[in-house]
Amino acid sequence: MVLIGVLVVIVGFVLRLNPMLVVTVAGLVTGLIAHESLYSILTQFGQAFETNRYMAIFIATLPVIGLLERHGLREQAEHLVSKIKAATAGRILTIYLLVREIAAALGITSIGGPAQMVRPLVVPMAEGAIEATYGEVPEDVSQKVRGHAAAVDNIGLFFGEDIFIAVGAVLFMKGFFDQNHVHSEPIRMGLWAIPTAAAVFVIHTIRLYLLDKSIKRRMEQTPAQSVGTQEVAKQ
Amino acid sequence: MIISIESVYIFTGIITFLSSLYTFFDKKNPRRITSGLFYLIYAITLMCAKVIPSFYVGILVLVIVAIAGFGGVRTGSYGEASSEERQRNRGRLKNWLFLPALLIPLVTVGGVEGLKDLKIAGKFFLDPSNVTMVALGLAGVVALVVGMLMTKSSPVTTVKESRRLIEAIGWAAVLPQMLAMLGTIFDSAGVGNVVSKAVDHVIPSNSLFWAVFAYCVGMALFTMVMGNAFAAFPVMTAGIALPLIIGHFGVQADKVAAIGMFAGYCGTLMTPMAANFNIVPAALLDLKDKNYVIRTQFPTAIILLGVNIILMYLVARF
Repeated sequence: MVLIGVLVVIVGFVLRLNPMLVVTVAGLVTGLIAHESLYSILTQFGQAFETNRYMAIFIATLPVIGLLERHGLREQAEHLVSKIKAATAGRILTIYLLVREIAAALGITSIGGPAQMVRPLVVPMAEGAIEATYGEVPEDVSQKVRGHAAAVDNIGLFFGEDIFIAVGAVLFMKGFFDQNHVHSEPIRMGLWAIPTAAAVFVIHTIRLYLLDKSIKRRMEQTPAQSVGTQEVAKQ
Repeated sequence: MIISIESVYIFTGIITFLSSLYTFFDKKNPRRITSGLFYLIYAITLMCAKVIPSFYVGILVLVIVAIAGFGGVRTGSYGEASSEERQRNRGRLKNWLFLPALLIPLVTVGGVEGLKDLKIAGKFFLDPSNVTMVALGLAGVVALVVGMLMTKSSPVTTVKESRRLIEAIGWAAVLPQMLAMLGTIFDSAGVGNVVSKAVDHVIPSNSLFWAVFAYCVGMALFTMVMGNAFAAFPVMTAGIALPLIIGHFGVQADKVAAIGMFAGYCGTLMTPMAANFNIVPAALLDLKDKNYVIRTQFPTAIILLGVNIILMYLVARF
C-alpha cells in the first residue's frame, strides 16, 4: 500500500507534470494512506523543509558566480577550450570531459551544458577535427560524435560535481543523515567521491580513444565517397 | 559560536529576498507578482524556518508548490551584460576571473581544516556541529568581496546578478528540498521497511558484499524508474544502507553515501526519465534517435556501476 506514493511519482514524471506538484501529491497521498492526519503531514513537511535548508546553501555562492559571469567567466573558459589544438575528435572530447569535471568539482556547473557549450563549441570543434583529417563528415559519424559530445557533458557534470560540497547532492545526503541522526561530514563525502570521479574519467577516456579508432576505420573504409561527390559537384 | 549555520541561512535568505523585490517590479515578466511571491516566501522559509512553527512552514511550502505547480514562476528580464561588454571585461581580467571562483572551495577547505578549533573569547568561531556548511557560507562571502573589488562592482550589481541566476534555476532550486521531504514521508510511512524486507528475502543476511550489491544496483534501478537519484536515495538508503551497511556492518556513512549516490547517477545515464540530460540534448543536437545519448552512455554507466560496487565493498571492508 505505501508503495502507492512511488507509483504517483512514476506516473507524474511519465505524464511530465510539474515535479514539485508530483512530489507534494506523492507525499500527501503516502501520508494519508499511512493514516496520518493532515496536521501531522504538514508538520512533517515543515520540519523536513527546515532541516533540509542545507540544500539552499549553494545560493550563498550565486552572487560571486553571477558577478564573474557578467565579467566574462564563460567567455574566458570558452577561450581556453578553443585554444586546444588536439588533432582528433576523441581527444577534444576527452579534454572537454576533464574541463567539465574539474569545473563542476569547483562548483561551477554553468560552464558547459548542451545549449551553452556542446552545440555551439564542442561539436563544431570535434567535427572540425575529423574534417581536417579525412574530409567531409558523413551523417552517421556526425551522429555518433554528437551522441558522445552530449554524453561527455553529462558524465563530466554528474561525476565532477559531488566532489564539491556546494552542490545539491552532497547537501542532500547531509540533510538525509541529519534527519536519521547519523553523523556525516560533507567534506568527507566529497573526498570519497574522488575515486569514482577518477574511475569514470579513465573508463570514458578509453571509450573516446576507441571512438577515434572507429572513426578512423569508418572514414578509411569509404575514403573518397562523400568528399568525392562534393568535389565533383564543385568542379 | 560566532558564526552559526542560521546566519548562513539568513545570508542566503537575504539574497533571495532582495532578488524577489526586483522580480516584483520586473514589468517584462508576465507573472511578476506570483513569481515574486514564490521567491519572497522561499526567502522567508530560509530566514525564519527555525522560529516559525513547523505546521505553518508546511503551509508555506504548499503555497510555493501551488504557485510553481500551476506555472506561476516565470523568468523576466535582467539587463544582462552584452556579449561585447563581457568580451571587453574578459580582456581586462583574463584568467584572474577564475580566482574568486577558486576561492570558494579553497576557503571552504581552509576554513574546515584551519578554523575548526578556533575560539575567540571562549566561543567557537565556526559552528562546530556544521563546520563545513558554515565555512562554505563564509567562503561565499569572501569570494564575493574579492570579486567585487576585482571587478569594481557595486552591491546592487551583485543582487541583480544573483537574481538572474536564481530565476534561471527557478522552482528547480527548491526541488531537492522537496524530494528530501518526500523521502522523510516515505520513510515514516514505511516504504524503506518494504524495501528492507524485500532485500532481506533475497540476500544472505551476513554478506557485506551482497548488501553493497543490493544497495548499488537498487540505487541505479530505482533512479531509472524515478528519473532522479535524489528521489531514490532516501528510500534505498533508509531501506538498505542505514540498517545493513551502516547499522549492521558499521561502515562510515560518508563513504557509503558518496559512492551510493554515484551508483544512482549510473542509473540517471541509462533512463529516458531523466529527460533533461538524455532526451533534451538529443533534440538540441539534431540526433535522429532520441535515445541515442542513452545508448552512448550505457557502456560507461554499466562499467562504472560495477566499479562503484567493488569500490564500496573494498572501502567498507578495509
